[in-house]
Amino acid sequence: MRVALFITCFNDTLFPQAGRATVQLLERLGHTVEFPEEQTCCGQMHFNTGYQREALPLIRRFVQVFGQAEVVVAPSASCVGMVREVYPLAAQWFGDQELLAEVEALAPRVYELSEFLVHRLGLEDVGAYYPHRVTYHPTCHSLRFLHVGDAPLRLLRAVRGLDLVELPAAEECCGFGGTFAVKNADTSLDMLSDKVRHVLSTGAEVCVAADNSCLMQIGGALHRQRAGVRTPHLAEILASTEEEAFV
Amino acid sequence: MTDVPGTTRKRQPLPTFQSSARVALNNTQLRHNLHKATSTIREKRRRAVEEMPDWQELREAGRVIKEQTMLHLDHYLVELETAVQRAGGQVHWARDAEEANALIAQIAEQHHAREVIKVKSLTTDELGLNRALAEHGISAIETDLAELIIQLAGESSSHILVPAIHKNRAEIRELFLRTLDVQQLSDEPGELANAARAHLRKKFLSTPVAVSGANFAVAETGTVCVVESEGNGRMCVTLPKVLISVMGIEKVIPAWQDFEVFLQLLPRSSTAERMNPYTSLWTGVRAGDGPQEFHLVLLDNGRTQVLADAVGRQALHCIRCSACLNICPVYERTGGHAYNSVYPGPIGAILTPQLLGVEQAGTLPYASSLCGACYEVCPVKINIPQVLIYLRGRVVRQQQRGRLRERANPEWLALRWLARTFASRTRYERAQRLARLGQLPFTRGGMIEKLPGELSGWTILRDLPAVPAQSFREWWRERAQTTQTQKEEQP
Repeated sequence: MRVALFITCFNDTLFPQAGRATVQLLERLGHTVEFPEEQTCCGQMHFNTGYQREALPLIRRFVQVFGQAEVVVAPSASCVGMVREVYPLAAQWFGDQELLAEVEALAPRVYELSEFLVHRLGLEDVGAYYPHRVTYHPTCHSLRFLHVGDAPLRLLRAVRGLDLVELPAAEECCGFGGTFAVKNADTSLDMLSDKVRHVLSTGAEVCVAADNSCLMQIGGALHRQRAGVRTPHLAEILASTEEEAFV
Repeated sequence: MTDVPGTTRKRQPLPTFQSSARVALNNTQLRHNLHKATSTIREKRRRAVEEMPDWQELREAGRVIKEQTMLHLDHYLVELETAVQRAGGQVHWARDAEEANALIAQIAEQHHAREVIKVKSLTTDELGLNRALAEHGISAIETDLAELIIQLAGESSSHILVPAIHKNRAEIRELFLRTLDVQQLSDEPGELANAARAHLRKKFLSTPVAVSGANFAVAETGTVCVVESEGNGRMCVTLPKVLISVMGIEKVIPAWQDFEVFLQLLPRSSTAERMNPYTSLWTGVRAGDGPQEFHLVLLDNGRTQVLADAVGRQALHCIRCSACLNICPVYERTGGHAYNSVYPGPIGAILTPQLLGVEQAGTLPYASSLCGACYEVCPVKINIPQVLIYLRGRVVRQQQRGRLRERANPEWLALRWLARTFASRTRYERAQRLARLGQLPFTRGGMIEKLPGELSGWTILRDLPAVPAQSFREWWRERAQTTQTQKEEQP
C-alpha cells in the first residue's frame, strides 16, 4: 500500500525518531512510504485554544496536501483525532460546504498508526523484538476520540521478549491537554503526579503510548525526578527487531 | 448562605479558575475527600451502567428527546402552562433571578410565612433565593441533608448532587455539635442523619410553604417531577399548604412516556442506583390531598440566549446527574468551588459562561484537558469537549474585539506568529532551525529544565526535550539523497 506519512509538526520538530521508526516499520511490512513535504501543522493547537479563524487556513492546507493520498498514517492519535473529529466540525462552524465535502471524503482514509496496523491491515505481530518491562498509557484521544480500543495492546502483546505490565488507573488523563498544561499548570501537574505515581508503581522501565505529546508530559516529569523510566513512542518499540534495537 | 459569585448578574468577571484552583489544590484534605468520593461513585456508576444492555440506545433516545424539545420549546412551554392551569395550578413566567425571587417572596408573604422549607434545588441556588428571601425577613430552610450541612456551615455547594462532597464525616460531626441542639454525637453516618432528621421533623410539620425545583415537567399533563434519595423532598411536596416549584424552561419534556427514558438514565448516572428511592410526581392540586395551592415558576435567566446558539444549546439538555463531575480529572482535584458557579465541573464549564456571558466566565472553558471522559458518561450525550472548544473560540473572539491591551497578550501574538509560520513550508522549516538556535541558552544535556516567561509553567515540575539536531524532514531528505547517490553509483 502507498502510505502518505503525516508526521505532525510536533514529531517532525521534537521527536523525529518516532517518524523514522514509523517509516522503518511500514517499509519492513512491505509498504511504500511517501512524505509530502508541504505538510506543516494540522491546526489543533490553534483550534482547541480558541483561535479557530487562525486554524482554518491550516485545515485547508492539510486537505490540499493529503487530499489525493490512498491512506494517510500518523504516529499521533491526537492529530488524527483533529482531522477525523474536528475538521468536519470546523467546516460546519464556518459554513464551508466545499471544505466539508473534502474533509468527509478524506477523513476515513486517515489513520493513527496502531489502528492502521490492527484494524486496517489486520496485523498484530509485526515481527518486533523488545526485551523490556513495559507499561502502556492509553492516551485520551486514542481511547475516547479515535476508539482504537486495545489495538496498541494487541501489538505490544505480540512483541517478542516484551513484558507488559498493566498501568493502574490507565484511562485517566495525564494532564497535558495542549495549552491546558501551561494555562492551568497547577491542575495539570496534579494530574501528572498521580500518573507518574502509577507508572512508577508498575516497576516498568519503559512507559509507552501512541502520542508523543502525552509522553512529553509524562516523560518530562519522570526525567525531572531522575526516575529512570524512559518514554519511547509505540512506533519505536514496534520498529525494534532482534537484528536492530531501535530504542 | 454566603455570597456565591455567579448567582446574580454582576459586571465584575468571576475570579479566574486558575487562581481558585490553586487555592483548592493546596488543601490536601479536600483533595483526599474528593478523590475518595468521586472514585467510589464513578466505580458504582460504571457497574450500574454495565448491566444495561441497551444503555447506548437509551442515551441516544435521551439526546434526541432533548434535542427535539429544544427545537419546539415555545410550543411545549405553552402546552405545559395550559395543562398546569387546567389541573388547578398557577403558572408564572420569570425573565431573570430578580423577577423569580420577587414572585416567590410575594407568594410566601401572602401566606404570612416567616419560614419556607426547601427541596434541594440547583435552580434556586442559581437564583440566590435564600438570600433574597432573607431580605424579606423569610428564612429558607434546606431539608436535603447535604444542603443542610452547607447551610449550617455558611458555605456554598461544591457538587450538583452531593453539595457537601468536600466535607468528610468528622468535619460534619463537628459542625452538627456546634450548630444543632445535640449533646453527644459520633461520626457514624446513621447517627449524623438522625441528628439532622430530628432537627428537620419539627420544620416539616409546622411550615406552611415549601419551595422546590423540578427535574422534569410533562407538557401534555402538567405533571411536575422531583427525584431524590432521602424522602425530605416528598415531605416538602406533600405536607405544606402551599407549594412553589421553580424550573428552568429547559426542563420540560413533551410526554409522560418520556419518563421511560429519563428515569432509567438519571438514577444510574447520578447515584448509581437502578431506581432512586423517591420519585414524586404531582399534577396541579387535589382537594383534601397535599398542597391546596400550587405555583409553577418558569425561569429564563439567560436560557433563551443559550437556546439561540446552535452549537452551545446542547448544554440545556443536561438532566443534572453529575456523572461528568465525578469522572472529570480536573473536578476530582479542584472540587466545585474553584468554578465559582452554582454549576461546577464540565457541565458548569459550558453552562456558566453561556448563562453569564463569556466576558464574565472566560476562564471556565479552559478548565479542561479535553480528555473526553465527560462526553463518554453523559446520559444525554452532550458533547462537552466540543462545546468547550467552541466557547474558547467565543472567548478569543471577544478578546480580539477588545482593547489593545487585551489584543496584545503574549498568547495571541505567539499563536498568530505560529499560524503564519505553519502557513508556509519555507517559514516553518526556517522556524525549526531558529528553535534549535534559540533554545541553546536553556539546554543542558539534551534537555531543557527552565523555560522563560509564559512557558515557565511547563518547567515547574517537568523537563522538556531539546529540539534535536535533525528534524524528521531533514532526515527524510538526507535518506532520499543517499539512496539516489547509491543508485547512481551502481551501474
